Formats: sequence, structure tokens, C-alpha cells
Amino acid sequence: MLHSFISSLRDLAPIIAVIAFFQLVVLRSMLPDILSLLGGVFMVAVGLSLFIRGLELGLFPIGESMAYAFAKKGSAFWLMAFAFCLGFGTTVAEPALIAVSTEAAKVAAAAGEIESSKQAQSAYATGLRMTVAFSVGLAIVIGVWRILKGWPIQYLIIAGYIIVVSLTFFAPKEIIGIAYDSGGVTTSTITVPLVTALGVGLASSIKGRNPMLDGFGLIAFASLTPMIFVMIYGMVL
Amino acid sequence: MLFISDFLTTFASTVRDVLPIAAIILGFQLFVIRKKLPAWPRLLGGFILVIVGLSFFLLGLERALFPIGRLMATQLIELGESSGGFLWVYLFAFAIGASTTIAEPSLIAVAMKANQVSGGAIGVWGLRIAVAIGVAIGIALGAWRIVSGYPIHWFIIAGYIVVVIQTLLAPKLIIPLAYDSGGVTTSTVTVPLVAALGLGLAENIDGRSALIDGFGLIAFASLFPMITVMAYAQFAEFKRARQAANLTTSATNTQAEDNSNAF
Repeated sequence: MLHSFISSLRDLAPIIAVIAFFQLVVLRSMLPDILSLLGGVFMVAVGLSLFIRGLELGLFPIGESMAYAFAKKGSAFWLMAFAFCLGFGTTVAEPALIAVSTEAAKVAAAAGEIESSKQAQSAYATGLRMTVAFSVGLAIVIGVWRILKGWPIQYLIIAGYIIVVSLTFFAPKEIIGIAYDSGGVTTSTITVPLVTALGVGLASSIKGRNPMLDGFGLIAFASLTPMIFVMIYGMVL
Repeated sequence: MLFISDFLTTFASTVRDVLPIAAIILGFQLFVIRKKLPAWPRLLGGFILVIVGLSFFLLGLERALFPIGRLMATQLIELGESSGGFLWVYLFAFAIGASTTIAEPSLIAVAMKANQVSGGAIGVWGLRIAVAIGVAIGIALGAWRIVSGYPIHWFIIAGYIVVVIQTLLAPKLIIPLAYDSGGVTTSTVTVPLVAALGLGLAENIDGRSALIDGFGLIAFASLFPMITVMAYAQFAEFKRARQAANLTTSATNTQAEDNSNAF
């Protein structure tokens, strides 16, 4: 435990160095409230080492054991249902997504796409949030399907890029920045380890799949489909 | 006292985030798989550690690091405005992008997994540093884009073209991992700081709208790691190939071994 605490401190050292350098050398002012900064760093380090321990004890094994159980059961339907629920469920409550969709509603109102009333904005934001959550669910389903079939990932991702690029020319200008960002915000700290363990677990329990080649890539789908669906959402509404 | 109530608030919101995931896992475990989880007390303990750890992590960030980060972003932007150049802002964007990525918990998770799956061929630190450099370049370039006002999609499309070309050239085994590393970089630590930087820049520069130009930094931060991770694998392979070429006269065995773990 002490060892992991020290390595967490080492992980945080670059942030401290950057802050100290820019404060002292560039802005030429003292660090405001050093004690509270150090206290915060201490807490972050404790949190990080607990999180990593929990990852090894809980999140990784559970993702893997479920992957093995599904592979043994052999029911593609339930695996897909699980994949969809995992993608949808982890995204719909994601705080970063809630923040981004609220901002997007403001953009849409400012651009005159929707009424600027509070009600219209909140309906727009909720619709957007559901759209993104659905698209992440779909992404995990596609990603898991790819693992089952053993398709090479690049064709699917490149096809996705082509769709993103073509949609960019048709989508309202105001939504583009948000759409591009929404790809990055959907994958939370708990989703990533679980989904990774699921993918790697599936790929290692199915014959003929290479965990390195087939196990990774679920996150890539989860950060691609939201861009597509947010732009479509902006075009339809 | 204040600390305890702060902690409880953060803890409650973390629990709320984890609840849907726990419900889905439990539901499928009970009704579909219908098999007892092996060693479930251990798993439960792990889950609790994850929640408590994440709460501490977020609370520490919110209390200490984020306020300073945001304050510095505004001060550096003001400094840039008064001196007429934003070089320090770009350097700050680069440095903060790299350093926060090193501490990003989901990246640590993926790096651990990749290391385990590849049998150690992919170093935990190699991957983390490659991703950190990618995020740093992405955020610095994204900040420059906000100042210069070029439309975002040209950068993204150009980035995609680079990714596609690299996909053709990079070692096959790294490709899925490289694609994944785009999405994992931007979760807990990087997003709040980077969003503050982007919105601050867009608000302070004439002719930019915070709503249109403030976004897009995250997109940059998730595009460039794909490029740098593939570049890292290409570089490692290149180095190995050269080593192997040097050794061909002495031993053919080592060459075969070199090829088997291409990076």
C-alpha cells in the first residue's frame, strides 16, 4: 500500500512541477495557499492508490469473469444486451455529458435553432443526452460484435471517420465543436477499466482471437459514435 | 467538519455515478448468468475501494488543483493579451496536458491491461508517455486554433488522414490500443482543466464566441494520442529492425525473437 502511495505521488509530481514553474517563473507570484495545495495533492495521491488497488481487486476481475461467463453461455443475444446496457447506463449519468449537453442547448438557443425558453432548452439537453447514451450503447454492441467476428478494427473506424467528415459539411456550424468534444467526454474513469476488461476477457476466452488485436478497441467505438449522433441530432432538430 | 461534509457530498455523487453500473452488473449476474460470482466479497471490497479512492481523488482535485489551474489559465491569458503573444499559454497548455495525462486513472488502467496482455512487450510507462505527448500536442494546438480562429474541422480532418496513413504503416498489434488511447485520455483530470482553458481563451479574445470556439480542445486531446501511440510503436519497431540488422551476421535466433515481439 505504501509502495502504491509513493508511485501515485510520482504520478502527480509533473502536475506540481508545471504549476510551480508557471507560478514562480512565468507569473512571478507566490503559490497561493500552499498548505491547501499540499493537502489536495495528498488526497489525490491517496485516492489514486486506493482506486488502482480497487481496480485490481474489483473492476478488472468482474469485467473478465462476466466476459468468460457470457462466452461460456454462448448466447450472443444476452451478450449484446449486456453490452448495450453497459454503454447506455454508464453514459446517461455521466456528469461531463450532462454539462456538455446543457452547454449545447445554450448554443442551439443562441443560434435560434430552438426557442430560448428554459423548457425548450432542457428538452433539447435531455434529448441530446439520450442520443449520446444510445450511441455509446450501440458503440459497445458494435465493438463486441467485432470481437466475436474477429473483424479488423481499422475498416470500421475509418468508415466511422468518413461518416464524421461527411456529416461535418451538413451539420449546423454551432454543433460541430460540441459534437467533436462529445466523443471524448463519454468515457468515464469507471467505464474504461470495465469495458477494457470485458473486451480483453472476451477476446481471450474465444478461440482464435488475440486479446491484443481483438480485445482492445471498444473505447475507440465509444468515442466515435457520439460525434456522429450528435451531428445528426443537430441536423434533425 | 467542512472537510467531512465535502467528502460526503463527493462520495454521494460518486456512488450515484457507479450505481447504474453496479445495477447492470448485478442484474445480468443474477438473472442471465445465474451463477455465483467467485470470491464476491473481494470484488465488493474492490468496488468500495474504487468508489472511496475516486471520491478522495476528485475532492483533492476540486479543492486544490482545479482552482489553481483555472486561476493560472486566466492569468496567463491576461499576460498574453498585454504582451501580445500567447506563447506562454501554448506552453502551459502543452505542459498541463502532458502532466495531467500521466495522472489520469483510466489511462493507468488501460496501460496496466495492455502491459499484462502483451506479456510486457508494451511498457506501462512507454504507453503513458506516448499518450501524454499526444494530449500535450493536441491541447497546445487546440489552444492555438482558438487564438487564430481557424475552423476546427480542418484540423480534425487532417488528423484523421494522418491516423489512416499511420494505420497502414504501424505494427498491426498496436492499432486497436492506439485507437482506444484517444478516448481514455480525457476523463477525470484533463477535461475540467482543459475546458476552463478553452473557454477562458475564447472569452478573452475578440471575435471568438465562447460557445463556438471554446469547445474542441477535448477533440484535439483525443485525436493526437492515436497518432503518437502509433508513432511510438513504429519507432520501437524501427529501432528493433536496425538492431536486428546489426546482429544478422552473428545470430539469426535473436532476429526471430525480435520479430515475435515487434514493439
